[in-house]
Amino acid sequence: MEQNAHTEHTHYDAEASKIGMWLFIFTELLLFGGLFIVYSVYRFMNPEAFHLAAHELNRTIGAINTILLLVSSMTIAMSTSTLQLKKKGATIGLLTVTIIIGIVFLVNKYFEWGVKFEHGIWPGSEHLLKDFSQGEILFFGLYFVMTGLHALHIIIGLVFILFALVRIQKGTINENRAALLENAGLYWHLVDLIWIFLFPLFYLIT
Amino acid sequence: MQNVHAANEANYLTYQGKYKGLLGWILSTDHKRIGLLYLYSIMTMFSIGVLLGLAMKFELLAPGKTIMEAKTYNATFTVHGVIMIFMVVIPGLPAVFGNFLMPIMIGAKDVAFPKLNLLSWWLYVLGVVLVLTAILFGNGTPDTGWTFYAPYSFKTGANLLPAVFGAFILGFSSILTGLNFLVTIHRLRCPGLTWSKLPLFVWTLYGTAWIQLLATPVVGITLVLIALERVFGVGVFDPALGGDPILYQHLFWIYSHPAVYIMILPAMGAISEIIPTFSQKQIFGYVALIASTMAIAFVGYLVWGHHMFTAGMSGTAQYFFSLLTYIVAIPSAIKVFNWIATLYKGSINVQTPLYWAASFIFVFLIGGLSGLVLGSLATDVHVHDTAFVVAHFHYIVFGGTGFAFFAAIHYWFPKIYGRMYDKTWANTGWLIFFIGFLALYTPMFYLGIMGMPRRYYDYMAEFHSGNILSTFGSWVLATGFIIILINLIRSARKGPKAEMNPWHGKTLEWTVSSPPSLENFDEIPVIAEDDGPYNYK
Repeated sequence: MEQNAHTEHTHYDAEASKIGMWLFIFTELLLFGGLFIVYSVYRFMNPEAFHLAAHELNRTIGAINTILLLVSSMTIAMSTSTLQLKKKGATIGLLTVTIIIGIVFLVNKYFEWGVKFEHGIWPGSEHLLKDFSQGEILFFGLYFVMTGLHALHIIIGLVFILFALVRIQKGTINENRAALLENAGLYWHLVDLIWIFLFPLFYLIT
Repeated sequence: MQNVHAANEANYLTYQGKYKGLLGWILSTDHKRIGLLYLYSIMTMFSIGVLLGLAMKFELLAPGKTIMEAKTYNATFTVHGVIMIFMVVIPGLPAVFGNFLMPIMIGAKDVAFPKLNLLSWWLYVLGVVLVLTAILFGNGTPDTGWTFYAPYSFKTGANLLPAVFGAFILGFSSILTGLNFLVTIHRLRCPGLTWSKLPLFVWTLYGTAWIQLLATPVVGITLVLIALERVFGVGVFDPALGGDPILYQHLFWIYSHPAVYIMILPAMGAISEIIPTFSQKQIFGYVALIASTMAIAFVGYLVWGHHMFTAGMSGTAQYFFSLLTYIVAIPSAIKVFNWIATLYKGSINVQTPLYWAASFIFVFLIGGLSGLVLGSLATDVHVHDTAFVVAHFHYIVFGGTGFAFFAAIHYWFPKIYGRMYDKTWANTGWLIFFIGFLALYTPMFYLGIMGMPRRYYDYMAEFHSGNILSTFGSWVLATGFIIILINLIRSARKGPKAEMNPWHGKTLEWTVSSPPSLENFDEIPVIAEDDGPYNYK
């Protein structure tokens, strides 16, 4: 899309990209905010059922995933520092680790969902509709929607980081033009932060 | 750098980039071309919406079936609403005039993220295509009303899914435009252009952008939930599974009420530009106008409940929502007083844009005051879901945003195309349009108070005369619209060449050539200490 003299003329403004990213993060927070409202309302209406249903979830996998995401947040934060120190190799290494951790998170999620499916629990499943109370149906509905949407954000975040990684390899992201990597980091922290809320809401509060 | 010199010789309309012809437009990252892309797409969708509106009014010409069955009527008002709300009035002024003029008004060469800007337009097109898919294919056109209320929205057999996704994509497009504008206004103002010297149109775009950014995601997730509900039966809004349909209404209006301020704020901004220019006088109450813009943007968030007074809500909540609704009327009234005060003792230059602006104030006033009837608890119960609501809504949104849109296009037309339109035809078109508007919507206030419900293809015989007048008005309005459209299209191609500053405006866009060069300014302007946007001395 470089057809205009225009784009060539666009100056590099790291501050602008960062403001843009923060604004986008606001919108993401509000997107999940809508879901958190729905969750709170139904939890308030069905405290017993939410309590019961939460026992169905595997806390161990949830805890492991929480630790994984926290570590990945650390590695991506370190990568922005190493980039400033002009250690290209270390930056690429740290980003690769971040991506691998993200993928492990998704694999865990896959198995976690898989077990639910084996037990016959998925939105609209016969077992769920027949043998569970309305509150529990809502709990699992929200569980699948919210963790599913979060997993989608993990995937977007991974693509974003991969994109930054390629650009670092090519040298178009460097210590002087680091905004894209920093934005990938901000986005990844957001994804991490949302999980920090999802984990207690679904797994821990019983 | 050679490119840059070549760029400043040609204006943005004739400039030849890497792509030729149509591709040079639909792949252009130039904010002016993107503004025009929006203008053409929005006017196309508006024309389709008008045709659907005419069909509805024709159906209501006589009681009983006139030209369509009840189901067709339901589909017609749904599609009319979806098109007019999501594709016309929400993007409306920001996407067209914001894109075209805001960078010039702040002395910048483009928006902060030109490629993102183009992406917004492509997302808009994608959203439009998705909604049209829902209309043209599948078993049945959506018939839920533009509000997609649960539980009907996941029970109806109509092809609703693409329409809901289309609305989601359109919301995303709107978010990206807002984000782009916020960053642009923060980062790209030219030297010396402080916040207290920003033109009011830019200020309203700023307030609007915040609403776009902070309210749209809520409806986004709500629409996703409706889609998931339809496909998987999640249960979130389905009473059969324990869900609460009222919660859907809350989430929907948390966005959709602020959305009416997305529609009206930039309209108010355009009027705030036009009034001082044609009064040839400094705007009255510059700071008050900014403060009222931000107050509307803020308080507008907290009034969504007034759409749901009869849906089931605690009495305490009703009192608060009603009170806040009254409070949000105050900043709107402040604006009206400031516009009138600007005209007072001005040297008034009566031109087409001023006719539109003056009629805007007139219809906006009626629309706003009738809104208070709906915001007050006792009267709302009486007129809820009647033609009164339709009349109020069209007075505000069509009379507000629509009239301001036409005011804006007649005001900035010479700048955009470098040509002037035929003023006699423009004034004639305005007069016919205005008369048609009054005849179309005023009877609906009366019909609503008498108890005629909205969204029915049929009515009792006693409402006949009011409906005849209303339908007749719709024809007059359509005639006016055709005259305006033909005059503008013809003048864009063949009109006499326009001067750089035909109205003697004082904002920055009037200091560049008509039409502007590709890069807007040869040199980035510098605003002096004692200079400002409305410096009439």
